[in-house]
Amino acid sequence: MATPVEAQITGSVWKIEKAVGDALAEGDVIMILESMKMEIPVEAPASGRLSEIRVEEGQSIEEGAVLAMID
Amino acid sequence: MFRRVLIANRGEIARRVIRACRSLGIETVAIHSEADSQAPHVREADRSVAIGPAPARESYLDANKILAAAAETGADALHPGYGFLSENADFADAARGAGIAFIGPPSRAIRAMGDKAEARRRMQAAGVPVTPGTGVVADADEAASAASRIGYPVMIKASAGGGGIGMVPCENETELRKGYVTATGRAKASFGDGSVYLERLVHGARHVEIQLAADSRGDVVHLFERECSVQRRHQKVLEETPAPGLARDVRDAMGEAAIRAARAIDYENVGTVEYLVAPDGAFYFMEMNTRLQVEHPVTEATTGVDLVALQIRLAAGEPLGLSQVGLRQQGHAIELRLYAEDPVKGFLPSPGTVTRLVWPEAPWLRIDSGIESGTKVTPFYDPLLAKLIVFGDDREQAIDRARTVIGGVVVEGVRTNAPLLARVLEDPAFRRGELAIHYLSQLLGRS
Repeated sequence: MATPVEAQITGSVWKIEKAVGDALAEGDVIMILESMKMEIPVEAPASGRLSEIRVEEGQSIEEGAVLAMID
Repeated sequence: MFRRVLIANRGEIARRVIRACRSLGIETVAIHSEADSQAPHVREADRSVAIGPAPARESYLDANKILAAAAETGADALHPGYGFLSENADFADAARGAGIAFIGPPSRAIRAMGDKAEARRRMQAAGVPVTPGTGVVADADEAASAASRIGYPVMIKASAGGGGIGMVPCENETELRKGYVTATGRAKASFGDGSVYLERLVHGARHVEIQLAADSRGDVVHLFERECSVQRRHQKVLEETPAPGLARDVRDAMGEAAIRAARAIDYENVGTVEYLVAPDGAFYFMEMNTRLQVEHPVTEATTGVDLVALQIRLAAGEPLGLSQVGLRQQGHAIELRLYAEDPVKGFLPSPGTVTRLVWPEAPWLRIDSGIESGTKVTPFYDPLLAKLIVFGDDREQAIDRARTVIGGVVVEGVRTNAPLLARVLEDPAFRRGELAIHYLSQLLGRS
């Protein structure tokens, strides 16, 4: 079952650290968000394979937005 | 005196500078990004100029756009506030080159203190104590041999750095070698310069700083200290003056050393020397901030000196008009920094729209705020919403008043760190004045 990776905060995507197809362990940093001059890492909520990245670097995102999917 | 000042900043500090200009009869020009078009500072200034999109690098950090706005509006001076371009010597040069007075120190002084490793060397030469440490280290091997000479634990710091960015504490050589890679990488990414140096960590140290003011004739005074140990991730949360429990002779020696530091670099305008103070009273130069500090109001509240008006007068070439013997501190002042952070979610940033806002009122309370009811707090800039500055006859009264104030603040629509501030003010260790840089992490660790 696919697991969505959601944004904990409103901000923007600063840096994407993983690519589609990468194997992930729970807790691996997938991307780093930026909000109010703070960098906030987005960690994999579960182990699996990164099947989809739905955002681009520099893109603004709202809290709760789905950033990526893990299979 | 200047006729029209452009304020190259936003939020509470832009409003603070507008008030100071007004008190001196000077017209003001605000700049703003697209995200700030409805911000209070824009409405309060006599004129305003839109300078670009929301991201700071396309607006508040774009020197060319800011200087064009100054030229377009006929501003004869520019106040940089804090953060953004306030410690950018090239920006100061560019402004002055365009015939616009930069309300701040000479660019050579900004450069001298901007290179942190070089600043340490110059301070040492001027007889200002520095922690055992190094100049810039060439590689991990040199860092390792220097660290074994200085003694662990050490802190790796970015030479071009500030604000805690790129700092890595290391307990041993393994951590140091790993930390060297992290620190140089972060320094390169943040400042475009990967140079790092080492300093020995001072156990149980407090962060106490000295406010300075200097004129172009070479007169320098200090306006006493500010205790800034209550911080989280190198971000100050609460500041106060006088520093509780700081021996008078230590405080005087810190002030005198700060004056030596200013003289060593021919400093002009207001500035701040930050020190680490060890439990035994030994103090060490950390860095000098060549600008107005966020926490300047606690000094104003206890000395009666308007530091922003003083900055403007000094930049216009006026003499200091203050003497060290004539300066006195009266009472006690505490500043509470209200941040848009969610304490329940690990202090994550909390942007949003302020739907309801109630500030308490009292004759002993000053509020420097960047928000009003209806203000949109965006994710583009720092999370500081407002500063609540409480004055008391003594520390105990100031703390009691601060507790009343924080209990009376209502901010809806964004989450704030008010519960953390309340907790600090209620903490017996804080009330006893048992402060150190690790104070807040220990307090949070107890929960």
